[in-house]
Amino acid sequence: MSSFNSTDLAAFTGGVWVFCEQRRGKMMATSYELISEGRKLADERDTELCGILLGDQVEGLAKELGGYGADKVFVCEHPLLKDYTTDAYTKVICDVVEAYKPEVMLIGATNIGRDLGPRVAARLHTGLTADCTHLDIDMDTYVDFLRNSSTLDVDKIKFDMEDINLKMTRPAFGGHLMATIICPRFRPCMATVRPGVMKKAEFDQAKADACAIEKPAFSLSAADIQTQVLEVVKATKKLVDLIGADVVVSVGRGISKDVEGGVKLAQELADALGGVVGGSRAVIDAGWMSADHQVGQTGKTVHPKIYVALGISGAIQHKAGMQDSECIIAVNKNETAPIFEVADYGITGDLFKVVPMLIDSIKAAKAAR
Amino acid sequence: MKIIVCVKQVPDTSGKVAVNEDGTLNRASMATITNPDDLNAVEAALALKDQTGAEVTVLCMGPPPAEGMLREILARGADRAVLISGREFGGSDTYATSQIISAAIKKIGLGDEDVVFCGRQAIDGDTAQVGSQIAEKLNLPQVSYAADLKKEGNTLTVKRMLEDGYMTIQVQTPCLITCIKELNEPRYMSVAGIFDCYSMPYEVFDYETLKDDPLVDPSTIGLKGSPTNIFKSFTPPQKGVGVMLEGSDKDTCDKLAGTLAAKHII
Repeated sequence: MSSFNSTDLAAFTGGVWVFCEQRRGKMMATSYELISEGRKLADERDTELCGILLGDQVEGLAKELGGYGADKVFVCEHPLLKDYTTDAYTKVICDVVEAYKPEVMLIGATNIGRDLGPRVAARLHTGLTADCTHLDIDMDTYVDFLRNSSTLDVDKIKFDMEDINLKMTRPAFGGHLMATIICPRFRPCMATVRPGVMKKAEFDQAKADACAIEKPAFSLSAADIQTQVLEVVKATKKLVDLIGADVVVSVGRGISKDVEGGVKLAQELADALGGVVGGSRAVIDAGWMSADHQVGQTGKTVHPKIYVALGISGAIQHKAGMQDSECIIAVNKNETAPIFEVADYGITGDLFKVVPMLIDSIKAAKAAR
Repeated sequence: MKIIVCVKQVPDTSGKVAVNEDGTLNRASMATITNPDDLNAVEAALALKDQTGAEVTVLCMGPPPAEGMLREILARGADRAVLISGREFGGSDTYATSQIISAAIKKIGLGDEDVVFCGRQAIDGDTAQVGSQIAEKLNLPQVSYAADLKKEGNTLTVKRMLEDGYMTIQVQTPCLITCIKELNEPRYMSVAGIFDCYSMPYEVFDYETLKDDPLVDPSTIGLKGSPTNIFKSFTPPQKGVGVMLEGSDKDTCDKLAGTLAAKHII
């Protein structure tokens, strides 16, 4: 374990690492996103990008990570790693990190990643930044990012342009503020990264073939694991893929006078546009839709080609999850609703009257092409 | 049996929020509430108390005004409240916070039959890190994202939510559980509880109280002891104002569909 406040930063030459989460032998999509983002960071530091993959008989998943940019994948296989447990995964990752000393470690901010990351960081005595939405190392690219994504007058701020800390940016206070966090005194710099935010690179078969596999030493026994997984149950209902959808039609409190009718209208509009339906936190909290539909800071972040907000007032919490959509259309009875501040097109009106007409208009416009 | 519940007082980020010119949050303009997930943790503790007669201690790190929130939780049915408060603790990140709270839990004392409950995450930072980090510092098994919970003897059986389903996990006490809103429906304060809450045991742990614990070292707590620092905070720019379409009739809808088609958006 690193001794307090005395980490020799220069000793951490093991490159940029990504925890590649698999469940039941299937790679989580966010692992590819993080490998793609990690490639950029590794290039900025002129170092290696490595995946670390834990499971039972999962080596077959490793090479594909190379196709998205990994130079090497550390494969840790053990029957006790088949299902995720906090104790086993933390133990193995800490063993391997201590041995190879990466300078950066990224973990997908899934329900598992957010259980694992804090435990690993606490054991390694290093910092962890939660649910990041943007990462930089080079100061030039960071300053460019601030120029485009903040209200700061970047030219008036003096930056240390030689700074080589990982700059981890995330929303705070429900998205009202953005904060860039650094971990200057300890390594690895650790971040969990919000799924769906980082762009997946083009797959390159030649790189996948060239990806190195390494099987690091670790020790693990049943005595290390204090919990017992009795069963892992996959939801029987097909979950909505908000993150992968090109079109998302979301509803908010505005459907309250006829919940069933409102959801049905949203579904019809989504069908007309070739998309899926989502909902604001109010809709999920009221039990009108299941939690997998939630868009927003505590739900999913989406950036589809078209986002339609029906009867959603546009609390900052919601905007944080959808404002980077390419085209935003909002329908709301209240002309001062904050959703109109981020909308490309706004209609003031009752969604129950407007949406049926809009469906007809869209069908007609599509047919006319 | 003893149950310790960790709670946090947070600004209500679902309401109107004012941001100062320097990009910091104008906290004075915001109402404070008990963090929502923490109320589910409180309810989980009180439900176990109903079942087993356990003593429930509610624990909060924060400034002195958090007392009001702690009294409200006493009025809901907790037996004892502890506020961890001190200048030395200010500016702590999740790592440093977990060091301090862990020291306080050790001070209260955690026996073989005991359970620590936390909310999954607080709505101001949304990190979901402190619960797991307390578990690590106290070497306790953890189960996060608890949506259902049963206790028989010293065994807890927990439904732990995943994005695409759930796991059923068994764990022995002492352990730490982080709770989500699916777990339960928090009860209200009782009238008797409101009467009694100002005469219930209430303590403040300051730096002096905790300083003998090796976890509470000046190099591992507060702003200076935190591994992470804020490099820059800022507000995102407002997106350029879009087009508000006049009217809400069929013409308007046709115009919008036409524009979307012309721009090859549909």
